[in-house]
Amino acid sequence: MSDKVNLGRRQFLSKTSAAIAGIAIAPGMLLFDFVHARPAGEAASGAVRWGMLIDTTQCESGCNECVTACNKENGLPVAKLPTDVQWIRKVELKQVSTGRQVSLPMMCQHCAEPPCVDVCPTKASFKRADGIVLVDKHRCIGCRYCMMACPYKARSFVHEPVLDHDSDMPRGKGTVESCTLCVNRIDRGELPACVEACAKAGHRAILFGDLNDPNSEIHLRIRSVASSQLRADLGLNPGISFVGL
Amino acid sequence: MNPCNVAWMKQREIRDYRISLRGIQATMLILLLAAVPVWAGSSIAPKLDIGKGGQCVDDPKFMRKNHMKMIVHQRDETMRQGIRGGKFSLAGCVDCHASKKDNSVLGSNEHFCQGCHEFAAVKIDCFECHSSKRKVIAEVSK
Ligand code: HEC
Ligand code: HEC
Ligand code: HEC
Repeated sequence: MSDKVNLGRRQFLSKTSAAIAGIAIAPGMLLFDFVHARPAGEAASGAVRWGMLIDTTQCESGCNECVTACNKENGLPVAKLPTDVQWIRKVELKQVSTGRQVSLPMMCQHCAEPPCVDVCPTKASFKRADGIVLVDKHRCIGCRYCMMACPYKARSFVHEPVLDHDSDMPRGKGTVESCTLCVNRIDRGELPACVEACAKAGHRAILFGDLNDPNSEIHLRIRSVASSQLRADLGLNPGISFVGL
Repeated sequence: MNPCNVAWMKQREIRDYRISLRGIQATMLILLLAAVPVWAGSSIAPKLDIGKGGQCVDDPKFMRKNHMKMIVHQRDETMRQGIRGGKFSLAGCVDCHASKKDNSVLGSNEHFCQGCHEFAAVKIDCFECHSSKRKVIAEVSK
C-alpha cells in the first residue's frame, strides 16, 4: 500500500489556503502555533511536519497533567502495571555528578526515519504524510516487533479487552498503540490534549506546531534557542525536541 | 399451449381460453403480492430495528449490497491519509442505526448490524474496538 499523497490540486489548494491563513493570523498568534482544521475530504499534507518542542525548564516535577489529559482524551485506563498501556509518561532525570534534576514528558518521538515502520511486517506501522507516526490497528497483528525496535520504548500493547469504548477513539485488545499526537484533534484544528492541559496548568512546557512552516512559533523557537533531540546519534530525526536537557 | 395453435377453435372457445389465461395471470399476481409481505414478515428475512430514521447515506438498496466495501474504503482513507468527513463513517452508521431503545447496533437479532449479519452468517470484529453505541450527548436536556 502506498502512503504517498499525490501532489496535485489538493495540496496546491491546501498550501495556498495555509499561506493565506498564516498571513491573516500571524501577528496576533504568539502563544501557540495556529493549527487550522483541514477541510473535510482533504488528505494530510506532505508539506507539513507536525512536531513538539518540550521546554524541560518549564516542566514541573510531580505534575502529571499531560498524562491525565492524554488518558482522558484517548480513553486509556490509568496505568498500574508496567505492561499497562501508556502513551505518555513523566520521566524524572538526575545528573549524578551535579545533582541537577530534570522532569519531562516522554512519548512517541514521531521520527522522520521511524524504526517501528521499518520492522512492521504488515505495514500497520506507518508515517502519515504530515509526519505523524501511527499504528493502523486494522492491519496490526500484534506481533510487537515495533515495540522492540523503538529506542524510546514509546509503544504499548493492549493486553486486556477494552469494555467501554469511546466513540471517538476506537481501541481493543491485541494491537499495539502509542501517542498519535491526538491526530483526530489535529485534523479538527485543535491542539493535542497534553499541550492544552500543560498550558491550562500554567506551565506551557510543550509547544506544538508545524516544523516546516518558517513562520510558525515552533520553527522560530527552534531556530533561536538551543534544543536537542533524544538519541540524536541514532539518526532517526525525531519530531520532538527538548530544551534544557 | 399457444393461442395461435388453436385457430380451429370456435370464436367463443378462443375467447374463453383468453379469459382463463387472464385469470391465471391475475391469480399469480395476487399470489405474488400476497407473498411479499408474508416473506418480509416471516423469519426468513431479518426484521431490523432501523434506529433513528431519516435518510441513509446512500440508496438503501445500494447500501445493503455495498456497505462493507464503502466503509472499509473510507476507513483506509481516514486512517492512512487523514481524509475525514466522508459519508461512510462507521461512527455515523452507529449514530443513526443504533436502536432507540438501548442506543446500540448490537445485542439481539433485531439490532441493525447484528440482526442482518447473524442472518447472513457474517462475523465482523469492528466492534472489538469501535463503539457499538450511539454517543449520547449531554445536550439532550437543553
Ligand atoms: C484494533 C482496533 C480496531 C478494530 C478491530 C477496527 N478498528 Fe476501525 N479504527 C480504529 C482506530 C484506532 C481508528 C482511527 C480513529 C481516528 O483516527 O479517528 C479507526 C478508524 C476507523 C474508521 C474511520 C473513522 C470513522 O468512524 O469513520 C473507519 C470507517 C473504521 N475504522 C472502520 C472499521 C471497520 C469497518 C472495522 C471492522 C472490519 C474496524 N474499523 C475495526 C481501530 C480499530
Ligand atoms: C442519517 C441516518 C443514517 C445514516 C448515517 C446511515 N443510515 Fe443506513 N439507513 C438509514 C435509514 C433510515 C434506512 C432505512 C431506509 C429505508 O428502508 O427506506 C437505512 C437503510 C440501510 C440499509 C438497508 C437495510 C435493510 O433494510 O436492508 C443498510 C444496509 C444501511 N442502511 C447501512 C448503513 C451503513 C453501513 C451506514 C454507515 C456507513 C449507514 N447505513 C448510515 C439511515 C441512516
Ligand atoms: C441488510 C443486511 C445487512 C445489514 C443491515 C448490515 N450488514 Fe454488514 N454485511 C452484510 C453482508 C451480507 C455482508 C457480507 C458480504 C460479503 O461477504 O460479501 C456484510 C459484511 C460487512 C462487513 C465486511 C466484513 C468482512 O469481513 O469483510 C462490514 C465491515 C459490515 N458488514 C459492517 C456493517 C455495519 C457496521 C452494519 C451496521 C451499521 C452492517 N454491516 C449492517 C449485510 C448487512
